[in-house]
Amino acid sequence: MTDDIVAARAPWSAVVKAGQELQIIDLHGNQAVDTLFYSAHDHAVRYSAQTTIAAQGNVFLTTGSVLRATDGTALMTIVADEVGNHDTIAGACSKESNTLRYGHHTVHQHGCAENFLAEATKWGMSKRDIVSNVNFFMNVPVEADGTLGIVDGLSAPGKSLTLKADIDTLVLVSNCPQINNPCNGFDPTPVRMVITGPDQSPVASLAP
Amino acid sequence: MSSTNSTHGARSHARGQAAAAQMRVPATPAGVDEVTWAEAIPPGSYATKVLGRGSRVRLADPDGGACAHLLLFRADASWERLNVADTMKVPWQAYLGAGHPLLSDQGRVLATIVADTSGQHDTLCGMTAAGRAQMLLGVHKHGMDVRDVAPSVSFFEGVRVADDGGLTFTGSAGAGTAVDMLIHLPVVVVLVNAPHPLDPSPTLTDLDVVAWRADDELSVPITDEPEYLRALFNTESTWAAAQNEALT
Repeated sequence: MTDDIVAARAPWSAVVKAGQELQIIDLHGNQAVDTLFYSAHDHAVRYSAQTTIAAQGNVFLTTGSVLRATDGTALMTIVADEVGNHDTIAGACSKESNTLRYGHHTVHQHGCAENFLAEATKWGMSKRDIVSNVNFFMNVPVEADGTLGIVDGLSAPGKSLTLKADIDTLVLVSNCPQINNPCNGFDPTPVRMVITGPDQSPVASLAP
Repeated sequence: MSSTNSTHGARSHARGQAAAAQMRVPATPAGVDEVTWAEAIPPGSYATKVLGRGSRVRLADPDGGACAHLLLFRADASWERLNVADTMKVPWQAYLGAGHPLLSDQGRVLATIVADTSGQHDTLCGMTAAGRAQMLLGVHKHGMDVRDVAPSVSFFEGVRVADDGGLTFTGSAGAGTAVDMLIHLPVVVVLVNAPHPLDPSPTLTDLDVVAWRADDELSVPITDEPEYLRALFNTESTWAAAQNEALT
């Protein structure tokens, strides 16, 4: 069993083996948890927001949503969700996109892209492996005319979501450091990651 | 005895084919002196080209059944590529149309949609397996691999999102529509003409591509949205800084 507190603004990663569950707990409420998924045995088999959205015919993720790799492979399935919907179209924040969204004074603020790059390196991956992610606990409605945006969250202190691994899955997280929009209530906070369940993998160690 | 039972016979046979072939090349647009790319991409196929900064490229759906899946990479730095999430989030708009920038992951404009008579496009669903296989071939032609096949955008087959997040496939706007893009930095363009994943009964037809020089258009922003102007600033300053001689 793994039970980690991810500090505000920090990255985190772990392999969740097939059959195990990962519970993500939004300790203080409205904390976006930017997340990417890879087959633990072949990082080219990676999460695809587009394949996932097309397969379920819906842009929101909630209980029953299967998080799929580009080729349709089921990586993880959301088996419990106390919030209702989670985003997978708005991507991760970065130093560079902050300059467009908020102005060039934000260019040296910490971003999720930086967290992802730093954490991906531990697993032998690089920038080319980083793609559109899931934003757990982030609320991004799309209006009838196509207007979309990050608005006040639906989560609350202590609410959680649980994912079950369909295959051995490397989970890469950026506990979002964004301070310029409501995705973290303008105040990034810690989250808790709990992995439970049997370790039936024949692979002795998948640590980086 | 066949005509191809010798090297000379086979050569004559091979050389005789082009003269007898029918190959449709998209027409040069009115007012354009010289095209830099003119190609019809048949159903199920792909095409790729490096386009210089200041190019204008027109994708056309002459028969109403094309679906143009697009990836863009900076030609001089292929690790910088189209970022579909930022392309939606930064302009606060999920639906592509005239004035919409196609942004890279580095806060720069790779291309801007400068004209659109279709209005039926998609940023959400990506490609089918057959489309991805074609895209991978196109990406390989530039020394890249499967890791570079990131989320794509597609033109001429539309999708709309309901309040509950549900998707509706809205299909094609019909025959004869076109989308024009202005290229802001040298890019690798990879285009695949393949079904949309939500199309219940795809009947693909040719996708036409024509490109020409339109350097003067770089100096006239198509919108004054603040996010777009900052993306242009990032793009122009990056380009200017990388030159070996002062820009005039």
